[in-house]
Amino acid sequence: MTIATVEDAPHSGLAATLKHARYVISDNPVTGVAFGMFLVLLVAALIGPYVVPYDPLASNTQSALQPPSGAHWFGTDNLGRDIFSRVVVATRLDLAIAVFSVALVFAAGGIAGIASGFFGGWTDRIVGRISDTIMAFPLFVLAMGIVAALGNSVTNIVIATAIINFPLYVRVARAEAAIRRQAGYVQAARLTGNSEWRILLTTILPNIMPIMMVQMSLTMGYAILNAAGLSFIGLGVRPPTPEWGIMVAEGAAYIVSGEWWIALFPGLALMFAVFCFNLLGDGLRDIVDPQRRT
Amino acid sequence: MHGVADLSAALSAPVREVAGGPLLEVRDLTVEFLTRRGIVTAVEKVNLTLAKGETLGIVGESGSGKSVTSYTVMRILDRAGRIAEGSITFSGLDVAHAPESAMRDLRGREMSMIFQNPRAALNPIRKVGHQIADVLLQHVQADRSNVKAKVIEILEQVRIARPQERYHAYPFELSGGMCQRIVIALALACRPQLMIADEPTTGLDVTTQKAVMDLVTELTRARGMSTILITHDLGLAAAYCDTVMVMEKGKVVETAPAERIFRDPQHPYTKKLMRATPRPGITLKDLLPEDEPGSAAAPLPAPSAEPLTPSPSPARGAGSAPSAAAAVTEPLLKVENLLKEYPRQGAPSGLIARLKGKAVPEEDAIFRAVDGISFEIRRGESVGLVGESGCGKSTTSSMVMRLLDPTAGKITFAGEDISAIPARDFAGHPMRRRIQMVFQDPTESLNPRYTAARAIADPLIRMGKVGGGAKLREEVEQLARMAGLPLNLLDRFPHQLSGGQKARIGIARAIALRPDLVILDEPTAALDVSVQAVVLNLLDELKHTLGMSYLFVSHDLHVVGLLCDRVIVMRQGRIVEEGGAQEILESPKAAYTRELISAIPHPPV
Repeated sequence: MTIATVEDAPHSGLAATLKHARYVISDNPVTGVAFGMFLVLLVAALIGPYVVPYDPLASNTQSALQPPSGAHWFGTDNLGRDIFSRVVVATRLDLAIAVFSVALVFAAGGIAGIASGFFGGWTDRIVGRISDTIMAFPLFVLAMGIVAALGNSVTNIVIATAIINFPLYVRVARAEAAIRRQAGYVQAARLTGNSEWRILLTTILPNIMPIMMVQMSLTMGYAILNAAGLSFIGLGVRPPTPEWGIMVAEGAAYIVSGEWWIALFPGLALMFAVFCFNLLGDGLRDIVDPQRRT
Repeated sequence: MHGVADLSAALSAPVREVAGGPLLEVRDLTVEFLTRRGIVTAVEKVNLTLAKGETLGIVGESGSGKSVTSYTVMRILDRAGRIAEGSITFSGLDVAHAPESAMRDLRGREMSMIFQNPRAALNPIRKVGHQIADVLLQHVQADRSNVKAKVIEILEQVRIARPQERYHAYPFELSGGMCQRIVIALALACRPQLMIADEPTTGLDVTTQKAVMDLVTELTRARGMSTILITHDLGLAAAYCDTVMVMEKGKVVETAPAERIFRDPQHPYTKKLMRATPRPGITLKDLLPEDEPGSAAAPLPAPSAEPLTPSPSPARGAGSAPSAAAAVTEPLLKVENLLKEYPRQGAPSGLIARLKGKAVPEEDAIFRAVDGISFEIRRGESVGLVGESGCGKSTTSSMVMRLLDPTAGKITFAGEDISAIPARDFAGHPMRRRIQMVFQDPTESLNPRYTAARAIADPLIRMGKVGGGAKLREEVEQLARMAGLPLNLLDRFPHQLSGGQKARIGIARAIALRPDLVILDEPTAALDVSVQAVVLNLLDELKHTLGMSYLFVSHDLHVVGLLCDRVIVMRQGRIVEEGGAQEILESPKAAYTRELISAIPHPPV
């Protein structure tokens, strides 16, 4: 289909991207909402600990198990700690776990996947078998096993989350790299004297970055959920550190006796974060997908 | 011709009389597309009339609105497009306002379409026979009991050999020309009154193109059908159309009977297109418009204004360059008994053979893409490598390029045996810089994330040892000037540039290291004819100023003849004929070469 296209005036890359982002957001308001939600999470993570009304660790038995009120927006828990403050302060830890694990799996899984798709042969076989092995386990159980074996720490949660996401990154990166392996510009890069590894890192990687960004956003939500899940069953982050998973676990016992707010609000925060990253992933896909660029 | 008429008479085809009003009438058609940057008018005030049994050619370059016009007639525009103005009347029906259900009934039965890429138009996981049967059943032209017989009858009409067997073939088992015949069979299955062919032969070889177009003409004439042929190829339109309509930027610039438009074109744009079409007996300069030497949009640098003498680049170290005396006698490139074998995987009838329990014989298990060829290229000479798809010309150029390892044979470049160096290691070899390439698709060969300047600079950074930003920029600007790329475009990304501009970037990149040999892999195949004319002239000029040798790989003998001194014709991995370009074009010796030349349609000038 040939359409006379209007040649756009040359503007800088950043301005063009912003313009396109604005177009996508106005075209699909849900993406705008997702960006707004992401901003809320970001603010909570960055300045939350300095602005919350109460010390998230200070217990006050005088005011234990109070329902939501003007003084305590989300109520208080069994030790009288302010749940609102704890939920806000926990944002930083949960986001940090997700960001670091995603960064780790992107570096390891992304590069392994690209190499696998680009070189094929033995590289492909080895990387493929490793990710098949990981996929053979129920992923959450595998994460539990890794944390239990490596020791109960935040670092190990990050590692475990990265490992269970490894196959996802390998597959996406492998498929995208395999498509581009014989592309004209890759051949051209060979002719201009680039070595294979240099082509992989300077030509293939930047070209599949947009797709990887979408993948990263989508797995962020999953990583948060995974970290909270591990804490919920008592692995990883330890009380009294404020963390959404632990807080839900602590509140679970009180739901039957009517103190619903202890588990509900951290649960909602968790839902908010996961929802945000999933919507954001969809929005990012719209931004990077050339099909959307009319 | 006679046979087909008999056949259709035997099938009691209702040959529709040329009587009454026109079959299709389009008045003041304006089509608009809603895009992010506002409303774009793709087609403006187009008028056309198509009588019954007439063949209309719509000719134009990319973006001229020729496809949009025909899509609008069938009402298959995508959702962003709409008819802003005008009317379309198809045998009394107002197409612009007809309900979708009426259109659905019309498409396939009364009007049908042949698309550019036949393989993409067929469902890859359904047998071709079933696909034709689907259409017949959909439009109640057959029932379950007789559908297979009817399909085989149709396959016979489109000259598919062994139709009983081919009924069960999948699209991937058939060649491109065969797939296009199946698509034609699909389009003609319900005996429509109007057939729209959108670049039906663009991906096909010239001889296949001739066979397919002859078939389409015969079948449509025999049935009294009207045809709209959309093409960028003036020669094709001249050979097969009664009336030709030339479009430019959404507007019709000229409509006239085919003979008249070529003998006496009225509009300047038509004249420009005519000039730019390669044809026998002309030189490269003849392709350019008369009044403007070079294109107005991107003027070629005048050799006098720009010192184009090859600067003593660090490429030619004293050690690597052979002495002047040796250069005269010794060929630059010598290929001896080059051979490339592949294990045979998807032989065309492989599945059928296996189903019948016929094991593939041992000698058939190996496919020879290039079968022991030898040739030479002298310094400063351009040699054309011509052949149809699958003849091994691209495999040969990849091996010479050292992107692919030969199975056997020797490639000697400037006195050094380069076939001994594995392709994997050649990127780091000092010889790399002396053999460069211009790719077929200018868009695909540019990294989407590099600006034009960065793309041109890549070889300089990697192998030219040009350090420092200012020095590099200076070098890039000089290369851009040589390739005729306006300097203000250097900071744009490929998607912000036109096809011709991208081709210039590809050329600038290839000459950046002042190579001795440049392989041109159909460098103009993806370009419009007027852009092709400018690019061919640019290549010729660069060859003379820089003293390079070219290996020009192409399927188009006329284009090759314009640029090359010598031509090598290949078929099935072997050299069929070799000789001077003029000699081969004017008095070909091999029957195959004669066939190739006669298959190229060209305007009667």
